[in-house]
Amino acid sequence: MTRDNIKDVILEIIQDIDEDAEVKEVKSDQPLRDQFDLDSMDFLDIVMELRKRYKLQIPEADYPELATMDSCVNYLEPRLQNA
Amino acid sequence: MNKHLNKERIVITGVGLASPNGDNLQDFRKNLLTGQSGIREIELRYIGRIPAGICSFPETRYRKKKENKRGTRAGCLGVYAANEALNNAGIDFSGTSGYEPDRTGVYIGLTEHGTVETEHEVYNISQFDYNTDYWTHHHNPRTVLNNPAGEITMNLGITGPHYAIGAACAAGNAALIQGVQMLRLDEVDLAICGGVSESPASFGIFASFKAQGALAHHQDPIRACRPFDRDRNGIVISEGSCVYILERLEKALLRGARIYGEIVGFAINSDARDFVLPYGPRQVECMRMALKRAGLEPGDVDIVNTHATGTIQGDLEESMALRTIFNGCGSTFINNTKSLIGHAMGAAGVLELAGNLPAFDDGLVHPTINLDNVDPECELDNLVVNEARQLDSVDIILNNSFGMLGINSVVIVKKYSED
Repeated sequence: MTRDNIKDVILEIIQDIDEDAEVKEVKSDQPLRDQFDLDSMDFLDIVMELRKRYKLQIPEADYPELATMDSCVNYLEPRLQNA
Repeated sequence: MNKHLNKERIVITGVGLASPNGDNLQDFRKNLLTGQSGIREIELRYIGRIPAGICSFPETRYRKKKENKRGTRAGCLGVYAANEALNNAGIDFSGTSGYEPDRTGVYIGLTEHGTVETEHEVYNISQFDYNTDYWTHHHNPRTVLNNPAGEITMNLGITGPHYAIGAACAAGNAALIQGVQMLRLDEVDLAICGGVSESPASFGIFASFKAQGALAHHQDPIRACRPFDRDRNGIVISEGSCVYILERLEKALLRGARIYGEIVGFAINSDARDFVLPYGPRQVECMRMALKRAGLEPGDVDIVNTHATGTIQGDLEESMALRTIFNGCGSTFINNTKSLIGHAMGAAGVLELAGNLPAFDDGLVHPTINLDNVDPECELDNLVVNEARQLDSVDIILNNSFGMLGINSVVIVKKYSED
């Protein structure tokens, strides 16, 4: 997947968690938590959805890598290169 | 005064509800009086098409879509009804009503909880070869029994006690009784209590009633629930919620609250016999205990809302119990609400009581519908059938609600008067 594809997937998952979220206005270097009012259960939703879609197991120690869109894409790019 | 005889007067000052045929008391009442059923056919996983009662209500009036998605259907129904009830009572926690969130209790009756979520998750992991890595982290917070009550406290910022009252289909009445008791024990100053049901989303509940020979079926879903009819064939399962605001009379008068009625008597007992079959003689004991506590005679009761669900044995037992107590009471009228809204499980008792409360003002007894040929064993004097009945006045309503494992509950509400 390209970096843009990965970004779209993450935004799609966030939109599914919160239909009212203004995902198009995401600031890539800012924490997703603050921009979309996400809590720990929402992040687990993101982790679960990535597992369901791509059989990707993200270890708990790596959860901080999902903090911003930029860090998400950096973390996921090598792991989803064949997806 | 003996603390065990605390008879502090407790009144209902707010009602909020979602029923298959109305999302507020006015519409609900109108549809009960005119015999408008809320039952339709739904399509359910593994079951197919089946009659059920589903509620249509403004789900995002008090909570965002995201919060509804995070929570349960029972929570969504409960949050709506609790907010409606508080608004109806004219109470908020800004300080003007004199009630504080830490002195408010939330008591919600449930027939079952967690069944829907569990079935959904088992289906979910079936799509992943039953690998439990795909089991949701939402399962536990959604299935703990205090979930619907807890969702209400989170939504309203209530920091007093909250918990579920599990009492099968007597749970709504049982929660109402809990509210009265907690006010009398001075545990809280305000009780938000009632019941909820999300049961129509569970295939297992339908399948279990079917296996038991107690699931209603009819080509026309509206005709499926037929209490007391000789051709009745079982229960129609419904969702719903009904929440009451209870407060002490003194405080209600002080703030000029509208008083729907006073809870003057109640009782709960157990059959101690059978997992599913009801038992009339114990229902008789329960009604007598509630009447005695209220200081009333059977003939004082104007309306009896029956629990009758449309099952063969259940309707027989309750009819026998009612004849034992009310035969010869010419001014006691009997009705049934499930024929119109199905069996709303944990919400049933409280919804049915709510549907009858406006009778204190208009003197009308709503009818039971779908009763074409009365089962001779269910013959009851003054059963109100198909058309609403106008009475000169209504002062006392007795509300029956019974459940599996042999639990019986009775609540008696009196039209408010000073003495």
